[in-house]
Amino acid sequence: MAIGSPQGDCCVGEEEDHLRIQQAWAVMAIAALVAAACTGPAATPTPTAGPTTAPTTAPTEAPTAAPTSDMPTEIGDGEGAVSVLAWPGYAEDGTAYPDVDWITPFEQETGCETTVQVFGTSDEAFSLFSTNPEEYDVISASGDASLRLVRAGYVQPVNVDIIPSYAEVFEALKNKPYNTVDGVHYGVPHGRGSNQMMWRTDEVDPAPTRWEQMFDPDSGYKVSVYDAPIYIADAAVVLMDTQPDLGIQNPYALDDTQFAAAIALLEQQKPTITQYWVDYTKQMDNFRNGDSNVGTTWQVIANLLQAEDPPVPVDLIKPEEGATGWSDTWMVNSQSEHINCAYMLINHLTSAEVNIQIAEWFGEAPGNTQSCALATNPDHCAIFHAEEDDFWSDVWYWQTPEAQCVDGRTDVTCKDFGEWVDAWQQLKG
Amino acid sequence: MTAATTAPIVRGRSLLRSLAVALDRRPRLRLVLLLALPVGALIVIYFGSLAILFLNAFWSRDAFTGLVQREFTLENFARLNTPLFITVSLRTVGMAAAVTLTCAVLAFPIAYFMARVASPRLRGALVVAVLTPLWASYLIKAYSWRLILAEDGVLNWSLEPFGLRGPGYGEIGLWLVFTYLWLPYMILPVFAGLERIPGSLLEASADLGGRSLHTFRHVILPLVFPAVVAGSIFTFSLTMGDYIAPGLITVGQQFIGNLILSNFGVPNLPLAAAQALVPLAIMVVYLLIARRLGAFEAL
Repeated sequence: MAIGSPQGDCCVGEEEDHLRIQQAWAVMAIAALVAAACTGPAATPTPTAGPTTAPTTAPTEAPTAAPTSDMPTEIGDGEGAVSVLAWPGYAEDGTAYPDVDWITPFEQETGCETTVQVFGTSDEAFSLFSTNPEEYDVISASGDASLRLVRAGYVQPVNVDIIPSYAEVFEALKNKPYNTVDGVHYGVPHGRGSNQMMWRTDEVDPAPTRWEQMFDPDSGYKVSVYDAPIYIADAAVVLMDTQPDLGIQNPYALDDTQFAAAIALLEQQKPTITQYWVDYTKQMDNFRNGDSNVGTTWQVIANLLQAEDPPVPVDLIKPEEGATGWSDTWMVNSQSEHINCAYMLINHLTSAEVNIQIAEWFGEAPGNTQSCALATNPDHCAIFHAEEDDFWSDVWYWQTPEAQCVDGRTDVTCKDFGEWVDAWQQLKG
Repeated sequence: MTAATTAPIVRGRSLLRSLAVALDRRPRLRLVLLLALPVGALIVIYFGSLAILFLNAFWSRDAFTGLVQREFTLENFARLNTPLFITVSLRTVGMAAAVTLTCAVLAFPIAYFMARVASPRLRGALVVAVLTPLWASYLIKAYSWRLILAEDGVLNWSLEPFGLRGPGYGEIGLWLVFTYLWLPYMILPVFAGLERIPGSLLEASADLGGRSLHTFRHVILPLVFPAVVAGSIFTFSLTMGDYIAPGLITVGQQFIGNLILSNFGVPNLPLAAAQALVPLAIMVVYLLIARRLGAFEAL
């Protein structure tokens, strides 16, 4: 307001009102700006890794787990709809690529209209499931999520006798601690994969043969490791071989001493680490441009690198000590209202024809024994060691660590998953 | 004309008209109604979710089932007092401060040129140039920097003839990335602040014998300081909360956002909520100081 306003004193009150209103607007605008600023990167598209939904309340009462006597005794007519929470690539319905579709035939056959939601990590899956407990009828849970779902009461026992595909699943995948609790089956096994060690053949010579070499601070390697607390189990696998007197029977069942030894081994590895990867394309970047030359990886990553133009010179093996791996289970929501469709969908996805389609698309070994004969790529099963029982004998599938030791010991308590997460955060620093 | 046809026209006003008359007489009611929806949304959606976050911090998670126990407990706050969290918090605040300083130093010459030196046409072009990166997705920018800082990336390649190397992946690289990402947020308020300085003040300073540096220190800087603080609100708060760039650019060094994210993954929401309250509290203090320094008028 300029000095000597021509309006004089007559309209001061009005101007004061205007001023106050302007101030009110200004405060509102700033608050909105600050709110926008404070949500900065979250307002732009979020990456697939990590949960994308912010839960407002978490359920406190576990829905009562359905007792075994309530399991269906036969698959009835479809309810017309079913929703599935799956790893990307597991339940393709043609939206990503029109040719990659095994859901639409299912919908046409059974009348169960299927909605698919994908997730990036097991933790994200658990988060999504726990904040929307009635939303998803079927979930593909890796071993490090399945037990959590069972304990929280989110999934129900599955009557595997009425699912024809179950009979064709590899015996080695059945009755595992992460899909069968106290003799009760909680789902149908899907497929499996092994974590392996990959290296740049042009930069690393001689080729490494043991995980132990990746934990050696004087190795001179540039190491790329999986960014998840479950990676502690990889260190435990090494210790099972190099320090047998620690008595580790299962890399997911670690008591205080064993856990401390695993952490010590990981601390040793830290100086050589150049990458913690979650997104497989990031590991591919690092190997391609030389930021890393040795690391834990999945078969599909090596395949993709070798298939590039020009190909990136990498090779991979399952080292001598064995390895961690994963095997997924199709589970059913304890509050599902589409039980018949859910059972039909699981049967469809684990059937020989569909299971190999998923395995070839995703890049893993199929879970159905009849699948390999139906593979479009005749080498697929050989590459992924689908039918080699020996290969899997020293692969430890991901499993949620619990205080009640998963190797059956009752004289000690083991570190539970929360403690693994804490330790992992401490390690990264 | 019969009474039946004249009565509706003469006697009652339409509802809308009555409403208009009533509101005309009550300016405060008009204001309240106008603001009710946006302020209501702000309170319910924004403050409501903050309140729920606050509540969650006092609950705990059952280790066995993973479900939230809605009983009052302070154990999450006890877990904030660990060396890890303190280190991570200091690292985050330190990075935020470093980025803010760098952005202020870099933004000033650009904003000064735009406000006082450039012709109106060039000024317009520069404003567009400064704003354009904001249209690109955050992720694209962050991933591009990943490529730039890579072992065989553009930065190393261009420094090679001089025998130098880029910082590669790590906290220094991250500092570069943050500075790049938030620079427009600093340039614009400083530009606005510099534009507001009347030219007559600078001329008066020169007439009284002040040379450029003197004028800068005693005339321009005090006047533009609130604008710099206003810009710093953005750079500081955006760096404080970010978890995506640290994940892409550093090798495992964690910031507060990363810790919160990994606790979401357990999911240990109460602990994540307690951890989230720390940057919130820091920002509230920062905003109070900024208001003191006049930043809100400079926005």
